[in-house]
Amino acid sequence: MTLGDILVNVQGVAKHYGEGETRVDALRSIDLRVHAGEVIALLGPSGSGKTTLLNVIGCILAPTSGRVELDGDAVFDGKWLRSDLRRLRLDKIGFIFQAHNLLPFLTAEENVSVVLDLAGWPSEKGRARARELLDYLEVGHRAKAKPALLSGGEAQRVAIARALANRPRIILADEPTAALDSGRAQLVMDLLRKLATEQEACIIAVTHDEKIFDRFDRLIHLRDGRLVDT
Amino acid sequence: MNLAIKDIRHGLFRFVLTCFGLGLLMTVVLAMIGIYNGLVADALAVVKAPAADIWVVEAGTQGPFAEASSIPADTRDAVARMPGVAEAGAITYQTIEAAHAGQTLRLYVIGFEPGRPGGPQRIAEGRGLGTSHFELLADRKTGLVPGDTIRLGRNRFRVVGLAEDAMNSGGDPAVYVTLADALSLQTALDPAAARVQVARGDQGIRPATVAAVIARLEPGADVALLTATVRQWKHLAALSQIEQEDLLLASVVDRARRQIGLFLGILLSVSAVVIALIIYTMTMEKLKQIATLKLIGAPDRTIVALIVQQAMILGVSGLGIGLALILLVKDNFPRRVVLEPFNALVLTGIILVVCLIASGLGVRAALKVDPATALGG
Repeated sequence: MTLGDILVNVQGVAKHYGEGETRVDALRSIDLRVHAGEVIALLGPSGSGKTTLLNVIGCILAPTSGRVELDGDAVFDGKWLRSDLRRLRLDKIGFIFQAHNLLPFLTAEENVSVVLDLAGWPSEKGRARARELLDYLEVGHRAKAKPALLSGGEAQRVAIARALANRPRIILADEPTAALDSGRAQLVMDLLRKLATEQEACIIAVTHDEKIFDRFDRLIHLRDGRLVDT
Repeated sequence: MNLAIKDIRHGLFRFVLTCFGLGLLMTVVLAMIGIYNGLVADALAVVKAPAADIWVVEAGTQGPFAEASSIPADTRDAVARMPGVAEAGAITYQTIEAAHAGQTLRLYVIGFEPGRPGGPQRIAEGRGLGTSHFELLADRKTGLVPGDTIRLGRNRFRVVGLAEDAMNSGGDPAVYVTLADALSLQTALDPAAARVQVARGDQGIRPATVAAVIARLEPGADVALLTATVRQWKHLAALSQIEQEDLLLASVVDRARRQIGLFLGILLSVSAVVIALIIYTMTMEKLKQIATLKLIGAPDRTIVALIVQQAMILGVSGLGIGLALILLVKDNFPRRVVLEPFNALVLTGIILVVCLIASGLGVRAALKVDPATALGG
């Protein structure tokens, strides 16, 4: 596999909570590079720091120390305001959630186009893009359905469409197949890999689902806030 | 894309029910405003009805509404002759209870001289008093209709016409009779009592007294000068129309007005708390969705707009329902409910401010939500 641009570059990142006796080191000197087209998994027991690392890469949580570069931009260097990080999330990062987290009051199409609406796309163009993605993910026929009426697989594909709507280059997934049966989990992973290749994006997923381990380019193990194996 | 409207449409039934509940509360608020206005309007109705410029009453009293007043009936002639007075009329007031159609009516009897100031400004139905005795004009709220007869004192009166919005500060509807009938009603003794008085040597001749004499002035006449002139007669006092209205509001309805005003303040406070709780609860139920919105990059203004718009829609809908309900039921209240467009406008302003403040709690909770909550699974 040919590696593309470095989209995520984490150097010496540490994160701790509290001080003194109550200090908890969630991340300790993490170094990680993820290239365009790569699909990697973050593995580790509960409390190992997977979610904290995902939050740091997702610009939700500032590290205590270290350097984070996303698609060439050094974030958390003191110059970024909260609103800048929000905009960065909107433009460069797509999130896929364990429980898909679709907004229940919007249709499938609106759940996708809301991201484009927030990004300032004209509504017609946003709707067309949403339909295009839903058709691509083979849920176009459910565009007008509310999330409550979608099956687990359909809802997860709508969530993936939402994550991809603004053409982000970094996609963060939190247990993307946890709510799916084995067959659908394999389909979702195939889809994510295809998208990573076609859109030159990288995908970083937190997962415990052993059935899909073979679908990742790299498995990154964390324990007690440290990378222990790649 | 308007997220507030989309969310409301998603849970429309629940939202409508909430609006209806708030609407009922608004109905009570509007009813209190209407009753408050009605109290003032009722109190002033009887003072305004004769369209007088000056009220001449007994010296040392604030009559005839704030306290009893009794002056000789012929004071009217003296007042009428004063320079600047266009016309004057003697007037009496008394409250009596009379039986009609199996019910007891509490009536405010106004005696006036037909052709002189003191009668109703407008006859809504029927005609004015045409004879000296035993005819009456009734306020529509008495339930009497032209052609009905009713016994007042020892005589039976025929209803010949109807007036509207004529009542005393207690809300008792008024009936108008001639001054002669009113005086008879005030002073005539039961036959047995009259015989006892005659046996004692009482000739039964007393000078006629009235509660007040009212006067309308010629254009350009000086009210202050005329009232000052009247006060020079030691047995009389005089009040301008404005003074009479102020006196009535200050002495007769002030306590009730303050009580209702206080109750209105409490109701508005309760409404504010209820709205704040509803908005806060609605926001707390959406925290996961708000976290998701923040995570995918929604700016704070989108989140704030979602909450504030819903609060405003809730407040305005509740107010609309409240207005519709009160307009439907206001005529069924035992006392007059008077609502002016100005009241609705002011209440709309208050409710919008309350909604804005109330949504602050929800906004605060929403802005504190950590976007990472959405990743929690």
